[in-house]
Amino acid sequence: MSTNNRNLSMAEALREALYEEMKENDEVFLMGQDIGTPNGWGGPFTVCRGLVEEFGSERVRNVPISEKAIVGCCVGSAMMGMKPVGEVQYSDFLFTCMDEIVNEAAKMRYMSNGQYKVPMVFRAPTGATTRGAQHAQSPEGMFMHIPGLKVVAPSNAYDGKGLLKAAIRDDSPVLFFEHKLLYGAKNRDESDEIEANTHVPEDDYIVPLGKAKIKKSGNDITMISLLYTVHLALQAANILKDDGIDSEVIDLRSLAPLDEETIMKSVEKTKKVLIIEEDNKTLGWGAEIAALIAENFQNVKIKRVAALDVPIPFAPNLENYVIPNKENILNEVEKIFV
Amino acid sequence: MKKSRKLKKERLLDIFRDMYKIRYFEDEVYYMFLEGKLPGTVHQCQGQEAVAVGVCSALRKNDFITSTHRSHGHSLAKGMAVDKAMAELFAKKSGCCGAKGGSMHFADIENGIIPSIAVVGEGLIIGPGLALAYSMKNTDQVAVTFFGDGAVSTGAFHEGINISSLWELPIVFVCENNQYAASTSFDSMSPVENVVDRASAYNIPAFKVNGMDVLEVYEVANKAISKARSTGGPTLIECETFRYKGHSRSDPQQYKDKDEVEFWKERDPIDNYKKLLIKKEIVSEKEIEKIEKEVEELIKDAIKKAEQAEKPSVEEVSNYVY
Repeated sequence: MSTNNRNLSMAEALREALYEEMKENDEVFLMGQDIGTPNGWGGPFTVCRGLVEEFGSERVRNVPISEKAIVGCCVGSAMMGMKPVGEVQYSDFLFTCMDEIVNEAAKMRYMSNGQYKVPMVFRAPTGATTRGAQHAQSPEGMFMHIPGLKVVAPSNAYDGKGLLKAAIRDDSPVLFFEHKLLYGAKNRDESDEIEANTHVPEDDYIVPLGKAKIKKSGNDITMISLLYTVHLALQAANILKDDGIDSEVIDLRSLAPLDEETIMKSVEKTKKVLIIEEDNKTLGWGAEIAALIAENFQNVKIKRVAALDVPIPFAPNLENYVIPNKENILNEVEKIFV
Repeated sequence: MKKSRKLKKERLLDIFRDMYKIRYFEDEVYYMFLEGKLPGTVHQCQGQEAVAVGVCSALRKNDFITSTHRSHGHSLAKGMAVDKAMAELFAKKSGCCGAKGGSMHFADIENGIIPSIAVVGEGLIIGPGLALAYSMKNTDQVAVTFFGDGAVSTGAFHEGINISSLWELPIVFVCENNQYAASTSFDSMSPVENVVDRASAYNIPAFKVNGMDVLEVYEVANKAISKARSTGGPTLIECETFRYKGHSRSDPQQYKDKDEVEFWKERDPIDNYKKLLIKKEIVSEKEIEKIEKEVEELIKDAIKKAEQAEKPSVEEVSNYVY
């Protein structure tokens, strides 16, 4: 039964997006590991649970541990008119299929001068969750470097559903990053009271790719964030309010295309910027945004909070030290205001 | 001439015409590179024409192929117009990719050619994707992936053939074993004697054929393609052949010995096919000469047009990124 104010978790919202798009369009189908086993997991984070029972194993395809094959089959079938949605279990595994993403998916349209298009979505759970260095990276920034790829990363269930539907309908290859701590699993200590569950309407809506969202408007400082760090930024903004600092929090939602207009408008107003990203600091997406701002404005203070330039360590206290947290966000804000 | 009996004279002559077209095209391109008329580099396929033409003669226009860095022969055999191919090499707007692709990325959607893939082995993983679409849409199209002996050692070879066999996809994997991956011999890099030996690991049929004999290639490819078309799943075909020219324009080929080159040149796919057609009185020498002349004119005309054609405009450089 529908209610007007139902709340969904990210996993539920993404599942609903897949369900609706598959109902709507026969060309949409899924490929991934552990997604197509009846009564199985529905993928490592349950996003596809129930879909194989609904759509069958032809459209919810279990693939061997063969990431190149998943992306390769996405690229090839998309070029022949299908709308594949593939996935890896962890974004760290994208490195096993980089050629298919960077050299094939991203370039087929351009190299052929527009004869072909590659309308595929590739989903990747990302972010640090005390799993050690090979299941904890946040490589989304790397992909915004590649012309031809779109890069999307929602911070909450509403955006998750709307962005995934928009990505599936898009004609370009879209890399879709989902943060492991935002799926909505209960009782995860690492989630630190963060809540990505939101109201998700039952209407058919999309959230356009390439549009950032101002999560909280303010006049004193612009915080630029993505995925999990959106929630950190909002927590920090709440604390800063007590110090009389009125923060504006931007959720980028897409890294490519990047919504430069929203960023620049905000920076023009506040003249102070804190960029908060979970990837390693060197050449993360924050570096690009800092450079863009520096090119556009002369008297703007820019600081970055990002992961230290080390592989993500396992120990919870070490991991917490390496990635952005409330404390180092507040410290950096203080430095901006001295 | 048991095999050719199945093909009418017209088809037999088309096969000759296509092989000769590729040879003459490549030879002209070779000289133009030496003269410095063309930018970039080029990977040529003189000696390997029977593979491209034998396989593509068994394909329909709406069957798609994936090719490699050595893409000219496959593209011409699959039906790409000489004008478009030549203009692309001249980096002109009228080229098959508007000069955004170049020699290694020939593409032609009308004739079933996806942009050729110049990272060795990667066609083996994109081809199954084409075939998956045919399978899911229930069309009777077939995908063909061409690859060289060097690609056999890549992970894409394993993952691509594995998934194709698992899902019984309508695809044919055609290995052009031209004996060398750049300057490195197949023997020195493969722990098994034949590429086809690997097929048993994937539970698919495999055939080793004389890749210098266009009718033998056609015969085997035709069966494999028909099998794929009726969703009998994939087949691996290994065509033994030889590349006469270097790996790319700067390769003097000092690693090949004279006897080896002689051995293969005696088996030249075009000379021998021509002799066969004449010997069997399918065609007269005069008719053959007429075809050769027509092909030469076609290519000379394409060169002239390409030389005079417009360069791509820098205003279009950002088109089709997304």
